[in-house]
Amino acid sequence: MADIIVPIKQVPDMERVKFDTEAGRIDRSSASGEINPFDLNALEAAVQLKEKLGGTVTTISMGPPQAESSVRDSLARGADRGILLVGKEFAGADTWATSYVLASAIKKLGAFDIIVCGEKTVDGDTGQVGPEIAEWLSIPHIAYVSEIREASDSSIVVVAEMESDHYAIQSPLPTLITVTKDVNVPRLPSFADKMKARKAEIETWGAADLADVADAANFGLKGSPTRLNKVVIPSEEGRKGEVFRGSPDEAVKKVADALQALGVLGSAK
Amino acid sequence: MNNEDYKGLMVFAEQREGKIHPVSYELLGKGTEIAQQLGIEVSSVLLGSGMDDQISELFYYGAQKVYYVDHPKLADFDLLNYKHNVCRVINEVKPETLLVGATHLGRSLAPRIAAALDTGLTADCTALEVGAEGNLVQIRPAFSGNIFAHIRTTTRPQMATVRYKVMQKLERDTSKSGEIVRITPEIVDSVLSIVGKETTGGVNIADADVVVCGGRGLKGASDFALLQELADALGGVVGCTRPVVDDGWMGKEHQVGFSGNTVKPKLYVAVGVSGSPQHLAGMRDSDAILAINADPSAPIFRLADYGIVGDLYEVVPKLTAEARARS
Repeated sequence: MADIIVPIKQVPDMERVKFDTEAGRIDRSSASGEINPFDLNALEAAVQLKEKLGGTVTTISMGPPQAESSVRDSLARGADRGILLVGKEFAGADTWATSYVLASAIKKLGAFDIIVCGEKTVDGDTGQVGPEIAEWLSIPHIAYVSEIREASDSSIVVVAEMESDHYAIQSPLPTLITVTKDVNVPRLPSFADKMKARKAEIETWGAADLADVADAANFGLKGSPTRLNKVVIPSEEGRKGEVFRGSPDEAVKKVADALQALGVLGSAK
Repeated sequence: MNNEDYKGLMVFAEQREGKIHPVSYELLGKGTEIAQQLGIEVSSVLLGSGMDDQISELFYYGAQKVYYVDHPKLADFDLLNYKHNVCRVINEVKPETLLVGATHLGRSLAPRIAAALDTGLTADCTALEVGAEGNLVQIRPAFSGNIFAHIRTTTRPQMATVRYKVMQKLERDTSKSGEIVRITPEIVDSVLSIVGKETTGGVNIADADVVVCGGRGLKGASDFALLQELADALGGVVGCTRPVVDDGWMGKEHQVGFSGNTVKPKLYVAVGVSGSPQHLAGMRDSDAILAINADPSAPIFRLADYGIVGDLYEVVPKLTAEARARS
């Protein structure tokens, strides 16, 4: 039996989301929210572990009220229980404060065996929250896991990527892993699963619900040790932009001349 | 503890199998530039086993002091022992800034240190500047590289992981030397154990001077042989886009882009690559970009120094022949 926790984040659809250059921020109304794609791999990994070992899968998310739709989606995809941490106290959190809140909520949930996180989110792209949660909970972690090889009630063996080296690493439970896209192909929820999830109850916890496990001074923007000074939209680089059309022979010659002038072609190798 | 009690800039020297990762030298280069602006010291912390002969390399590339923790348990990346001993050095030395390479190892270790020390950490920076009151301004791409966030840290040390191949290392200067401070290791129960190791194919796309990248403009996996011939003629390696990996045509180690490798070659050749924002995020810092695409409206042309609008099956062999003739 394994009780598994999957922290998830609702992110905008990155193919569609627009950046509001006037306001200097993401226009979240330009794209609907969805579960961070890497978290879908984490959830699938958790569901597969549950199928093998028995136990439960609980998803937990910190976000605005509309993130409830992503927690609900996680139930359709195989989670047994979903918790949404919502409240203005949590807003504006960096990875330190986010991981603190998630770890506090996990403490409140009680005993667990495995925490599975996506390697990073597609919007924040830090990959920091998973390892930080592990530190708050004083458990080991293994990052960039591309394969789960063995799992039992007491330990797990996974393959972790370190650039071109792959290490098989064994960890006792409880532990935390962060998974890459290579770990599995997430299943799509069936219509029946979606219908069931529509009726399911999503538990909502606010800052007050964490009072006995956390210090509210560490929540949200107030608790965050990093601050955003400003956002800069890069101007298009000063590229030469010489595009050749027409005769391929001529175009190839011109490009070869240019590359030779740059020293990347015809130089002494 | 007051922020004023923290002084100097420290670089975490990453090593794999006893060899220092080049990103560490790059960080010493950037660290030296920042330290000179602020009039502070640059140090490095190195964990390993029997690496005495390599410490001088850290001095040659800019470190003025090296804190060395030597123990067989530290030869390989052992998460909890690395965290414990780096935290001990930081608590002792109290650097104002700690820079870590944004490698897999660095991005796994740094968040543990940040949470353990109750300090802020900025991920995967591509630029660092000295800001108001000497604070470190940490600049990182966000939203697939479409925007850059400028971040400061209110706590100390100010921690950042910094992308490989972005900062410049100094010229290796063998006349430089420095002070070696040996730290007695403290070994904790490592809990995690390495039970196997494999190394994949060996293509290291991030280090290549020339990358010839294929996208879905190619008709099939076997057509990548054309790109390999061009890459060979240019002294480079073959890369590919995400859809190519998703279709199983190429391995993930070849993938360039947001969810793959970031490359910064002298020449990037994009063949049949349309240029999605996610792809551009992984190659936009290339010195020179050549795009070959049949579609003149492909976004890749907007980022290219040189472009050839045409059939890649005609253009690529001609370019290969031309490159061979001139080499």
